[in-house]
Amino acid sequence: MSEFAIHVEGLSKQYRIGERQPGYFTLRDALLGAMRAPFRRLGGRQGNTRLSAERDKIWALKEVSFDVRHGEVVGVIGSNGAGKSTLLKILSRITEPTMGFAEIRGRVRALLEVGTGFHGELTGRENIFLNGAILGMSKEEIRRKFDEIVTFSEIEEFLDTPVKHYSSGMFVRLAFAVAAHLEPEILIIDEVLSVGDVAFQNKCLGKISEVTHGGRTVLFVSHNMASIENLCEQCLFLRHGKIEFVGDAKSAIKRYITSASGNRQQRESHVVDLTTCTRRPEYPRPLLQKLEVFSAGRPLTGGLPLGAPLTLRITFRLEKPTADFHINVGFDNLLGQRVFTANTLFEPTRVYEARKGEQVFVCDLPSLPFVPGEYIVKTSLILGAMTTVDAVEDAMRLQIVESDFYGTGRSPWNGVVVLNHHWRLMPSAGS
Amino acid sequence: MNAPQAALCKAAKNMPVLEANERTIAAPGFAGEKETPVVRIEASRGWISLQLRELWEHRELLYFLTWRDVKVRYKQTLLGAGWAVLQPLITMLIFSAVFGRLAKLPSDGIPYPIFAFAALVQWTFFASATGRASDGLLSNAGLIKKVYFPRMAVPLARVAACFADYIPAFALLLLMMWYYKFAPSWHVVLVPIFVALATGTALGTGLWLAALNVRFRDIGYVTPFLIQIWFFVTPVIYPSSLLPARWQFLYALNPMTGSIEGFRWALLGTPTLSLGKLGTCCVVVAALLLSGAIYFRRTERHFADII
Repeated sequence: MSEFAIHVEGLSKQYRIGERQPGYFTLRDALLGAMRAPFRRLGGRQGNTRLSAERDKIWALKEVSFDVRHGEVVGVIGSNGAGKSTLLKILSRITEPTMGFAEIRGRVRALLEVGTGFHGELTGRENIFLNGAILGMSKEEIRRKFDEIVTFSEIEEFLDTPVKHYSSGMFVRLAFAVAAHLEPEILIIDEVLSVGDVAFQNKCLGKISEVTHGGRTVLFVSHNMASIENLCEQCLFLRHGKIEFVGDAKSAIKRYITSASGNRQQRESHVVDLTTCTRRPEYPRPLLQKLEVFSAGRPLTGGLPLGAPLTLRITFRLEKPTADFHINVGFDNLLGQRVFTANTLFEPTRVYEARKGEQVFVCDLPSLPFVPGEYIVKTSLILGAMTTVDAVEDAMRLQIVESDFYGTGRSPWNGVVVLNHHWRLMPSAGS
Repeated sequence: MNAPQAALCKAAKNMPVLEANERTIAAPGFAGEKETPVVRIEASRGWISLQLRELWEHRELLYFLTWRDVKVRYKQTLLGAGWAVLQPLITMLIFSAVFGRLAKLPSDGIPYPIFAFAALVQWTFFASATGRASDGLLSNAGLIKKVYFPRMAVPLARVAACFADYIPAFALLLLMMWYYKFAPSWHVVLVPIFVALATGTALGTGLWLAALNVRFRDIGYVTPFLIQIWFFVTPVIYPSSLLPARWQFLYALNPMTGSIEGFRWALLGTPTLSLGKLGTCCVVVAALLLSGAIYFRRTERHFADII
């Protein structure tokens, strides 16, 4: 059995709903709970308390078993809330499983976030040492790699400036530079590459593939199927906390995409009841109520022809009088790339007045020029600048079907968007 | 060659050299793999060890966390570390005026200012160490949620960082002793014991409060209040000889009593410190530390989930 770097058997993790949300439990709640407990037992005959206790618990991970051999690079994919982060957190020992176990052979370093433990008041130089130590490097090791880290980060001239004065790009560079120089036997990486500019992202990917070809065992979570396919031989596809598929990366990605599209094959109605959609545990109370789709004034039930207009009608509830509320709608393709984000924040004619109770926002898109395929529509309700109070990750699947967009009978087959464009052939020089 | 064997060979070939500070040092060559440490991750049940050894293995992190705390403490302040001296100094001046001059509290036969200041050096350290240890986990929530390390390093580092304030205050005390012409006796070598007692009390209390604070945010309000009350049942502004004999035993259960009285005795030659009192103090500190560490370890597994 010693060929396994990671051996996982029946790993499960249960959360109580609300445990992962920012609200917390106070002494008063504990005292009240203790006082109510006897009464609860009395009233338990109806059986609803036990039911609600069960309903308050969710399995973020359920009986997950797999093995990773030494030197293998394994990708972990799945939609939001599938248990990817929970799995990584258990394997990096941040949180304990509820049941099952994992055996890890070798020195583990986990990179779940870039720049953990960075302190704004400290300089770049100081943070390299601090962050290195937090990620598990020894002082000697950091000293040895210091110059290399600085060169990689490309921030030499700001080394003695407190990082609170850094731009976010510089911050990420420095943070990743430290992380990239970890030398573990087993590396666990959460989706950390989604930050930073594209050039630096590529540099990081390069560094990771350098690491992976160095014979290290890597467990890698990403929403970016291209980098999964590029870096990983093996892939783990999680769905609702369970393993749906383990195998070579290509098949796993295929499974992921087809299972994602098989979710709701044909929409029969143009109305989606958002209150019954699966939510992330952070937002247990449904404030988003309903999503209706129309095209050119008619309810949309099937696919939407490429370039056709789309109207979204979102019904939601405001619990308190609020003026600064926003609806965000995102369109992701099945590779996990965000194609387009619509937000009421971008509306120049928006009037801000306090509202309460049920509201409706209507969004008109004169044309949706996405390449034919399936798109995941996500929506969230945001109060103030950035407090998300409700979010539905997979509200609706939108099928874009081919149409004669250019008027030539020819359809685009690749890329992400379809844009109107014109070509002119200049008079030939010879004539 | 079958697949597992191939994987084995590949792994052995690419096995990186382990760092010398790792728990197990792999023998070079073929034996390397067998000696790689195996970590088993599962739900912990029942009593768990304090895992002080693991804490020791993370001593460099402990050092860096302490260093960060010291370094960041007085950033963007005008007086910087001057605050470490100013706080007890000004407090001492006020206490001398109010309790020494106006209330005429006895001071074990030594000048009231130095009587109060010696106690304040100890007390200020204890109060700030306890307070900072108790909200240590919350202020490091990002770290707790994203990185694994023995969580006990956080309150430990917080307490350790308070020595940066202790040292200048102690230097000022020595200066005052020189001014008041106190020649220290051999008792001075026992000072570290009393500093250790204050540290132990702060750490023990801090471990309890820090762990409780993760679940019950009430602790954030309880801590300052607790420290304030504690101050009045500790002989900082008055000598414990003021209390009637029948209360003395109960009074000695407060470990800060032993720590401060002993500190005064060792440096300034004040009388009162029975071995019984010292013994009680040591037992209480040990109990506080042990129970705090056990409670902390037992609740530690939920920190990342509920913080």
